[in-house]
Amino acid sequence: MATQKIPNKLEPSQQAIYWLLISLSITFTLYAFNLNNWVPASFAVFAIWRYLIEKNNWPYPRLWLRLPLTIAGGVAVLASYGSLFGRDASVALLAVMIAMKLLETRTKRDFIVMVILSYFLTVNILLFTQAIWVCLAILLALFSLTACLISASYQNASNQKASNQKASYQNASYQNISLQNKQALNHTQAWKVQAKLAGKLLLQALPIMLVLFVLFPRIPGPIWGIPQDAYSGMTGLSDSMEPGNINQLSLSSKVAFRAEFKSTIPANHQLYWRGPVLWHQEGRRWTMTSNNINLPTETLETAGVATDYTITLEPHNRNWLLMLDLPKVPSTDSLPDEAAIKHDMQVLSKLPIRTRIRYEGHSFLQYTLGATLSDYERTLALQLIDDENPKTRQLATKWVNEQKSPVDIIQAALSMFRNQPFVYTLSPPLLGSEPVDDFLFNTKRGFCEHYASSFVYLMRAAGVPARIVTGYQGGEINPSGNYLIVRQSDAHAWAEVWLQDKGWTRVDPTSAVSPSRIESGIAAALLDSDLLPLLSRQDYPMLKKLTLNWDAVNNGWNQWVLGYDQNTQLALLKKILHKDIAWEDIGLILVSTMIALMLLVSYFLLRNNAAALDPVKKAYQQFLKKLSKAGVNKLAHEGAVGFGERAAKALPDQSIEIQEISALYSSIQYAKHEIINANKTAAHCKIAAHNNHKLNLLKQLVKKLKLK
Amino acid sequence: MANSLNIPGKFKITSPKTWFRTAIAINSATRLSRRHIYILPTRFGWLFALLLLALLTGSINYSISLGFAMTFLLAGVGAISMLHTWRNLANLKITAGRAKPVFAGENAVFEINVHEENNRARYSIFASFTAGKPDVQDITAMGESTFKLTLHSQKRGWLKAPKITFTTEFPVSLFHVWAYAETECQCLIYPTPSLHSQTLPSIDSDGATGQLSTTQGDDDFAGHRNYQFGDSPKRVDWKASSREQGLLIKQFQCEASSTLWLDFNATTGNNVELRISQLTRWVVEANKLNLKYGLRLPQLNIQPNNGDSHYHQCLTALALM
Repeated sequence: MATQKIPNKLEPSQQAIYWLLISLSITFTLYAFNLNNWVPASFAVFAIWRYLIEKNNWPYPRLWLRLPLTIAGGVAVLASYGSLFGRDASVALLAVMIAMKLLETRTKRDFIVMVILSYFLTVNILLFTQAIWVCLAILLALFSLTACLISASYQNASNQKASNQKASYQNASYQNISLQNKQALNHTQAWKVQAKLAGKLLLQALPIMLVLFVLFPRIPGPIWGIPQDAYSGMTGLSDSMEPGNINQLSLSSKVAFRAEFKSTIPANHQLYWRGPVLWHQEGRRWTMTSNNINLPTETLETAGVATDYTITLEPHNRNWLLMLDLPKVPSTDSLPDEAAIKHDMQVLSKLPIRTRIRYEGHSFLQYTLGATLSDYERTLALQLIDDENPKTRQLATKWVNEQKSPVDIIQAALSMFRNQPFVYTLSPPLLGSEPVDDFLFNTKRGFCEHYASSFVYLMRAAGVPARIVTGYQGGEINPSGNYLIVRQSDAHAWAEVWLQDKGWTRVDPTSAVSPSRIESGIAAALLDSDLLPLLSRQDYPMLKKLTLNWDAVNNGWNQWVLGYDQNTQLALLKKILHKDIAWEDIGLILVSTMIALMLLVSYFLLRNNAAALDPVKKAYQQFLKKLSKAGVNKLAHEGAVGFGERAAKALPDQSIEIQEISALYSSIQYAKHEIINANKTAAHCKIAAHNNHKLNLLKQLVKKLKLK
Repeated sequence: MANSLNIPGKFKITSPKTWFRTAIAINSATRLSRRHIYILPTRFGWLFALLLLALLTGSINYSISLGFAMTFLLAGVGAISMLHTWRNLANLKITAGRAKPVFAGENAVFEINVHEENNRARYSIFASFTAGKPDVQDITAMGESTFKLTLHSQKRGWLKAPKITFTTEFPVSLFHVWAYAETECQCLIYPTPSLHSQTLPSIDSDGATGQLSTTQGDDDFAGHRNYQFGDSPKRVDWKASSREQGLLIKQFQCEASSTLWLDFNATTGNNVELRISQLTRWVVEANKLNLKYGLRLPQLNIQPNNGDSHYHQCLTALALM
């Protein structure tokens, strides 16, 4: 390559390090929520150190200090994350190394490498969180990094001289000289120019981003294995239930899913969102049937009108797709991600839900499920571990001996909950070694999972087939978007008992203890609602309204930005182009749109705006053109007056006009310098007005000038 | 078409440098038009591309939609910066400026004027001769800047400014943009004054009509010499003597009273260059002593005179002989 190398060893002006420190401060503040606290803390130390180096002209740390620091950083990551790989550990390692690299960031080359690494670190925050405000903060950091890149790329003569000087006077005694020199080239303008240019670059990049975002073919991930810890932050229902599970979940105000109904939203007490169905009891733990179980799907007869809705499910790293009780799935095609419906009517996707997904639901509120019960199913639905909870078994045997029908047994159990001093609470006491006995006859304080599990235990002990269903109950209507927000705090557990002729029937023992839980939500039901997350409570109506509006914005963000995937992409293109688009065609559309866009952008950026020529020069150019046609060309080194004299001699007929024009032009140009130098506004105006007059004269003269 | 088939016969493999177009000055001005401007990514540009690739695969792997958005935003910045870097150099007008004459062996400094005519400020424009030290300048909107490029001169005569490379990587250093330009700028190189000190020809020597003038008079201060017995105390420079060791006498010169002819024929030897070199030294010495001197060359006579313009006239004559 015959190109000239541009020196990369020069130190950029001071703005570069400030831009870098600003952007990294934003980035590390965001990481403070997701990484161990010592990582952002170490950044703060190195950033302040680097700031002092810049401000007080301290020496940069030598290798003997930097090398042990680097090793210590690696060891610290290893110690606190247990490995250097995995999502969290590798991000932490990168963050620590970038923080330390600040101490050796001084030349143009260092800055540019640093900015590129910081771009990577900053965008990586999205692995942890993708909220709107995080996105805005990331944009701010990217802007600042771009400004840093610009100021590192900017080199001028004084810059070069200063750093030459620094190189030759490396000794400490001369550092004051180079410091002064460095400060001398700090224009106040520089900040403005760099910020403006960075803003321009980002704004002009916006159309390219939009086109690529909409049209770039979305390949469903993952391409390779994802580290184990990648989804550790996701919460949701578990595949097993123990007392304490769900009430833990109830403390979280995180959104579980949102549901939009095509028709009116059903009443709160009808909103049972079906999740994992639990059959097996082992001590205090209840679990699902195995995935390999070969049971026929329970028969379903529906009545009444179907309820149609669309669910936007937050990722929870499990397989269940929540549906309103009870979903009817005409065919598995209508389900996303190769989902299937299990024998007990829970819908499971093939892979864990790790991204936000949207799917359609089709449910009936009136139904008959599993009209007949096979022997195998009956065995499963009556399974209990022997020799536990003797008091409970005694009670159940008593009911059976009283010749009660299953319906009576259910009523007996519910009236026990209703009439005895049972309390619905978020903070139940711990249960002893016979948990059901302890709960029913001793503590009598529990959350929904206590009631559901002890109820099912009672039923099974009394010979009534029963199972636990977990999921969510209720939800909050957002009037700003007319949809339902279901939070983790709405998690619930209830029971289904099998009755002859009625099939599996839902019984919610919690409603017996606390009817308001089912009628109007968890906040109304709990006496100790202070334990609930702020957003699930009923006080602060203003705050509530604000948060609901904000949730509506978030919902749009989730659907159109975060949830934009292959399906959304194809649906959108179909809507725009009014025909079905094959996945392969998107590539073609993308390429042609990008070419058109780049041509347009290039035209606007690269055209020569000659029209911007100032009127004085424009008139003079016209004059020169006329003379050039007459055979007199202005030489590069000639001044306007000198050339005027020469031209006047060459064209004696028009000598007066030519000399007049030349004199006018040079006097206007001279006055321009005076305007720049003039401080007093009055004097400034006077010169400017005079100049305007001269300009008009110049224009007229040039126009009238006629040469052979 | 038939004609074009004959081309392979004429085809010559040229050096890589000639593969690039050069903006050649006509009427002393040239413009870096779009046909002259070349662009390639820098190694930072490649690193940036790697960054985009990493972000893209990450976004696909973790299915992060917002990751796609940020990746594409940065890709957009990369693409836009390519246009910005390109237009930072495009359409600049280049004119030749002055180049002060120097003696052969010294560095010639060429002034190259670059004019901005698109009403856009240009930043960090580098200009250099091939293998020369670059000069960097900003150019204000509608303004002009002067690049000073140095070139080591070797022999007397006109030294033409070689091809100039203009480069820039502003604003983001991801792309390297360059263009070649040739100007009509040239610098006059005077012959090197001979190192061998031969005394100035005198009026007596060789019958030539040269005469060494009286160099001591009362008009102009010309320097110091050590005190000698018999010097007038009025002439002792007391101030200077207090700084130095011993007494110093002020020396004065009067206007040269008689003329000195420096004749090409008065120099000896077979090597013309050495003889020119000798003459040059005489001219320099005579000028230093403020003598009135004339120059007699095989094809040219310069009448005796003194002063700066005469001095340069003589040196020019020697340079171009």
